[in-house]
Amino acid sequence: MRKLLGQHEFYLAMILTVLVIAIGLANPAFLTRANLFDLCKSSTVMGLFALGVLIVLTSGGIDISFAAIGAFSMYVTSRLLLAVDFQGSVWVAFLLASLIGLALGLFNAVSINVLRLPTLIVTLGSASVFRGFLLAFIGTSIVNRLPAGMIAFSRRTLFEQTLATGETIGLSFSFVLYLLAIVAVAFVLRYTLLGRGIYALGGNAEAAERVGFNLRRVQFFIYGFVGLLSGVAGLVHACTMRNANPFDLVGTELSVIAAVVLGGASITGGRGTVLGAVLGVFLIVVINNSLILLGIPSYWQKVATGGVIIASVAITAIRKDGVRHAAASWR
Amino acid sequence: MKPVVAAQGISKHFGGVQALRDVSLSLHPGQVRSLVGENGSGKSTLIKILAGVYQPDSGTIHLDGVPCQHLHARQAVRAGVQVIYQDFSLFANLTVAENLALNTQIQSCRRFVNWRQVRRIATEALAKVGHEIDLDKSVADLTVAQKQLVAIAKALLHDARVIVMDEPTTALTKREVAALFRVIDDLRAKGLSILFVSHKLQEVREISDTITVLRSGRKVAEGDASQFSRDDLVFHMTGRRVETGTPPSRPGASQVLFEVRNLTRRNAFEQICFEVQRGEILGITGLLGSGRAELALALFGLEPVDSGTIRLEGRDIRLGNVSEAVIAGLAYVPEDRTLEGLFPPQSIERNMAIAGLGSFANRFGWLRPGQLRATVDRWMKDLSIRAPAQQTAVENLSGGNQQKVVLGKWLAAHTKLLILNGPTVGVDIGAKVDVHERIRSLVEQGLGVILISDDLPELLSLSRRVLLMSRGRIVKELTCESLDHDALAAELAELE
Ligand SMILES: Nc1ncnc2c1ncn2[C@@H]1O[C@H](COP(=O)(O)OP(=O)(O)OP(=O)(O)O)[C@@H](O)[C@H]1O
Ligand SMILES: [Mg+2]
Repeated sequence: MRKLLGQHEFYLAMILTVLVIAIGLANPAFLTRANLFDLCKSSTVMGLFALGVLIVLTSGGIDISFAAIGAFSMYVTSRLLLAVDFQGSVWVAFLLASLIGLALGLFNAVSINVLRLPTLIVTLGSASVFRGFLLAFIGTSIVNRLPAGMIAFSRRTLFEQTLATGETIGLSFSFVLYLLAIVAVAFVLRYTLLGRGIYALGGNAEAAERVGFNLRRVQFFIYGFVGLLSGVAGLVHACTMRNANPFDLVGTELSVIAAVVLGGASITGGRGTVLGAVLGVFLIVVINNSLILLGIPSYWQKVATGGVIIASVAITAIRKDGVRHAAASWR
Repeated sequence: MKPVVAAQGISKHFGGVQALRDVSLSLHPGQVRSLVGENGSGKSTLIKILAGVYQPDSGTIHLDGVPCQHLHARQAVRAGVQVIYQDFSLFANLTVAENLALNTQIQSCRRFVNWRQVRRIATEALAKVGHEIDLDKSVADLTVAQKQLVAIAKALLHDARVIVMDEPTTALTKREVAALFRVIDDLRAKGLSILFVSHKLQEVREISDTITVLRSGRKVAEGDASQFSRDDLVFHMTGRRVETGTPPSRPGASQVLFEVRNLTRRNAFEQICFEVQRGEILGITGLLGSGRAELALALFGLEPVDSGTIRLEGRDIRLGNVSEAVIAGLAYVPEDRTLEGLFPPQSIERNMAIAGLGSFANRFGWLRPGQLRATVDRWMKDLSIRAPAQQTAVENLSGGNQQKVVLGKWLAAHTKLLILNGPTVGVDIGAKVDVHERIRSLVEQGLGVILISDDLPELLSLSRRVLLMSRGRIVKELTCESLDHDALAAELAELE
C-alpha cells in the first residue's frame, strides 16, 4: 500500500478519476457509452506514438521525427496501394507502413551511431528531411479515396449497439491494435533484458557498457521500433480520418512528448512506465474532449493541457523528494 | 607462482597528459596488492586498462600468461577480472536488486528477466558483505556508503579470480571497513588475487601483502608491505616529507557565530543543540546512519526540518531553504561530489566560479574574465589541483582532484560558516595536508567550520571540540583535554 502511494501513476489515476467524475456531473453526455468509445478512439494514435516516445525517453534520448515518419509511411503506403489499385486486406497496408517506418527509424539509428551527435539534433534534422522529401517527391495533394481495405478497417467496430436515435456506435477496432502494442511494449520493458538495457542506458550509459550491454544494438532496436510504431500510428490515423493528408500529424510532436512526461517519464532518461504514458495520453485526451463538450473554445485546450502538465509534474516533484529535488534542479 | 594478470610496460596519455609511463604490475593468486599514489598519479587509469575499458598506447596485458592484444571489457570479465570502480558504476534509476543482478543476467546470455532470480542473486550478494539494504530501493536514494557496499557486493557475486577495488572504503566507517577486510581475507584464503587502492595508508598497511607506489604515472617503489613504514609510503608518493598539523588555537575572546537549537527531524535526528564560535572548527563524527549526514543537509536547507531553530550571527535563518542559507553565508561541501557538488561536463573554472559568481561581475552584471582566470589559477595552485588547464572538463579529472574542485568552489564564495561533509574523501595525503592548511587559514580570518568526518587523524588535526552522534542524537562532546586518537576510537567502538 505504501508502495502504491509512492507511485506517480497512482496520483495520475486519481487526478483522472476526479476529473472524469467532475466532468460527468457537469455534462452527462461525457459519461455516455458513445463518448467513452470516442475517447478510446481519440487516444489511439497519440497513444501509439507515445509508446515509442516512452522508449526513447527512457533510454535517455529524444526523438522528434516520429510524427514525420508517421506521415511519411501512411501517405506513401496509401499512394502506393492506390497506384497498383490494391483490393486486398488492410494488413498488407499495415505491413507496408510499418516497414517504411522501420526503415526510417533505422536511418535515425545509423545517423546517431555514425555521427555520434545528440539524438535531439539528429532526429530534428531527419524529421525535416523526411517531411521535405515527402512533400517534394511524393506529393502534396490530399488522398480522399483510400484503398478499399483501409475504408473497411475504419468502419470495423467492436461491441456494436444501435441507439434509440437509430445511430450505431461501437469501439473502433484500431483500439485493439493499441492494446496489443501496450502489452508488447510493457512486456519488452519489464521482462526482457533488452528492455532493462534501455533503462540501464538511460540511467548510466558508461556503466551499461561496462556491465556488458551492446549499446549499439540497443539503440538500433529503440529507433527502429519507434519508427515501426510510428508507421502503424500513421496508418491508423489515415484510416480514422478516412483520408491521407501529407500535412497531417507533423506539429503534434510536443504534445505527445508532453503526455509521456506527464505520465512520469523523465526527460533526462532512466525513468518511465507504460502505464504512466497511457494514463498521460488519456488524461490529455479527456481534457480536450471535455472542453469541447463543455463548449469552451479550442484555444483554451492548449492552456488547460499545459496547466495540467505543469501542475502534475510539480506535484510529483514536491511530494517525492520534498525540497531537496526542487532545490537540486536549479542548484 | 604464475601471475593471473600481468601488465607490462604500460603507457597511456590523454591529450597532453601522460597518465602512465612504462608501468608494470602483476597480480598473484592468494595475494593482496595495494596501489597507492597521489591524486592523478594514474591509479584509476591503470585499473581501467587492466579491465579493458581503456586501451594502452603501448605495453601488453597478460591474462594467465597469454598476451592480449586488444583487451575488451567483456573479455576481461570473462577471464574473471571484476572491478569496483571509483565512481561505483551503478544505475541510480534502478533498484538495488537489479543493480546487483544485471551483470549475471547478461553473462548467462538470457533474453528474459526472471525477477525472482534477480531477488535471489541480490540477497545472496548482500549477505556476503554482511549488510542489509532494502532491495527495492532505487540506488539514487542510497547514501554514499550504501552505494559503495552495493558496488562491492556486485563485484563479489561473480566467480572472479581477480578483484580490483578502486578506493572502496572512502565513504565507509570503521565497522564496514572491518567487514570488508574480513571479506578480503576470506577471498585471499580462497586463492583470489586482489588489487586494492586507497588513500588511507593505515588500511593499506593493514591489508596488503605487497605495495606498489605510483608517482606522476611512474612506478617509483614496489615491495612487501612490511618493508614500508607509513612515512616511507608518503615520501615515495609525494617526493617530500609531510607533517600533519595541529588544530588552530582558540581565539582569545570567544564569540558565538552559529547556534542550533532543538533541531528535530523525525526518523533522522532529534533535539540537536550546539554552537560554533567564530574561528572554530567543530568536529562531528559517528557511525553510518547516526543522522550526521541528514543533519548536515538540514543545516544547509537541503532537507526539511520538523522543528527547531538555527541562527547565524544572532539572526534566524529560515529552515529548509537553500538559497536563503547561501545568502546568509552558509556553504556546504557534500559527501557525494558527482551528484551533489559538481557539473561534470563543465570546466574547472566554471565549476569553481559558480558559487561566487557575483564577485566576478562588474556593476552591470558582466563577468570579468581576466579576474576570474587569475583567481581560479590561484585556487588551483593553493589546492594543488592537477589538470592540464582551467578549461579541462571536471569529468576528466582524477577522483581526488574532483573533490578539490568542490572544495575550491565554496572556498571561493563569501562564506561565514562552512559545512564540510567528508572534505578530503579520496584526497591524497599530500593534498590533504594542503587542504587542511587552507581550512586553517580560513578559520584564522574568522570563519566558522563544521567538519563531519570519519577520518580520526583529520578530526584531531583540525578540531579542538568533537561531537559524537549516535541514533540521531548528540551523545557526547569531547574537548581538547580528553581528545586524542585512542579516546576517540574507544568512544566510537563503544557505540557499536
Ligand atoms: N578520460 C580522461 N580524459 C582526460 N584525462 C584523463 C582521463 N582520465 C584520466 N585523465 C587524467 O589522467 C591522470 C591520471 O588520472 P587517474 O584517474 O588515473 O588518477 P588516480 O591516480 O586514480 O587519482 P585519484 O586518487 O584522484 O583517483 C589525471 O591527470 C587525469 O586528469
Ligand atoms: Mg582514481
